[in-house]
Amino acid sequence: MSGQLVAAGLPWPPSVEDFYPPDVAGPWVTKFTLMIWLAVGLLIIFFMATYRNPKLVPSKGQWMAESVYGLVRDNIAREQMGKDGIRFAPYFTVLFCFIVVTNLFGVVPGLQISPNSHIAFPIVLALVSYVMYLYIGARKHGLARYLKQSLILPGVPWPMHFLLIPIEFLQTFVVRPVTLAVRLFANMFAGHLILLVFTVGGFVMLASDNLFVQISSLAAFLMAIVMAFFEVLVALLQAYVFVTLTANYIGSSLADEH
Amino acid sequence: MNLAAEGHHPLVPIWQELVIGSIAFALLCFVLMKFVLPRMETMYQARVDAIEGGLKRAEAAQAEANQLLEQYRAQLAEVRTEAAQIRDDARADAESIRTEILAKAREESDRIIAAGRESLAVERQTIVRELRAEVGGLAVDLASRIVGESLADEARRKGTVERFLTDLESAGAR
Repeated sequence: MSGQLVAAGLPWPPSVEDFYPPDVAGPWVTKFTLMIWLAVGLLIIFFMATYRNPKLVPSKGQWMAESVYGLVRDNIAREQMGKDGIRFAPYFTVLFCFIVVTNLFGVVPGLQISPNSHIAFPIVLALVSYVMYLYIGARKHGLARYLKQSLILPGVPWPMHFLLIPIEFLQTFVVRPVTLAVRLFANMFAGHLILLVFTVGGFVMLASDNLFVQISSLAAFLMAIVMAFFEVLVALLQAYVFVTLTANYIGSSLADEH
Repeated sequence: MNLAAEGHHPLVPIWQELVIGSIAFALLCFVLMKFVLPRMETMYQARVDAIEGGLKRAEAAQAEANQLLEQYRAQLAEVRTEAAQIRDDARADAESIRTEILAKAREESDRIIAAGRESLAVERQTIVRELRAEVGGLAVDLASRIVGESLADEARRKGTVERFLTDLESAGAR
């Protein structure tokens, strides 16, 4: 069965190797690094073009750029961090836009895979957030006080600390950055896998000798389309979640209480 | 199928991608956070200021307008009472002037009537006196013609005409 399908020219079932297309020119110039540069280029061009000559009463492009900034500024930064959050809004906006664009590459014809389905890129972004909230916490409170504040819960009977301090440590210094990176990566990885299953699966069914299986392939293609829309939703949602959590972590570093 | 079977494990990052990702993201952050987003925040603040400033200005203008309106109303009421006052005064003045003028006119007319009566009386007196002389003369003339001789001297001497007229008068008076 398997040999027969591969003979039809389709890699079935989808595997991890589908996420590693051949290099374009060595390990530095791959589809994935090129997509990253594309995202960076697109964002710079978009913002530079729309904000070349800003007016108090905005043009359409300027308005679009400002709505993205306004969304991140008011709905993420200020929501999570209060007034302090506004000075972080520019970074959050860049982060949000970068994740949205790279995530959406997963459903863009011709690209059809998100760079974030290689864990290297989510790791970079999560590391920036990680270093940022640790540094900000240590700078605001001093390292010792920041550590004490993040590890020791106030108002807890002292024997409980034997249990709580390791948990808090794990939470703040290990779980947060790892989940941040893995959540984004896993969503994009799984999303691509689902699309592969339904589209490649549909073609495989179409290539079958059995008429019933061939007709059933329609359901697979329909499902692929539905899932593509679902992926758009996931792309936006994951960007939002990533930035919101980053804002939340930085906010908790700035907070005076645990 | 084993995930790592053909040399790639999805949870192991490719180090070249870590480097490229860091550089590209740093570049993106640098460009946008240096050239675009601070201006966006400035613009945001400017817009908030413009809107809030506009509201404040509108409120101030509204308050000023209200105050002016109040002031004008007060002034208007003041002016109204003043006008009423003036009207009342004028009415009173006019009344007094009217009565005064009426009194004067009445006095004047009385005086004119009195003078007229007086001159009438004088006139009458004169006319009566003249008539008496004339009527006497005429009567004597007429009598002379009738009688055929002059009675004038006689009459003058005896005062006949005078007596006759006086008799006439007293008869008329009766």
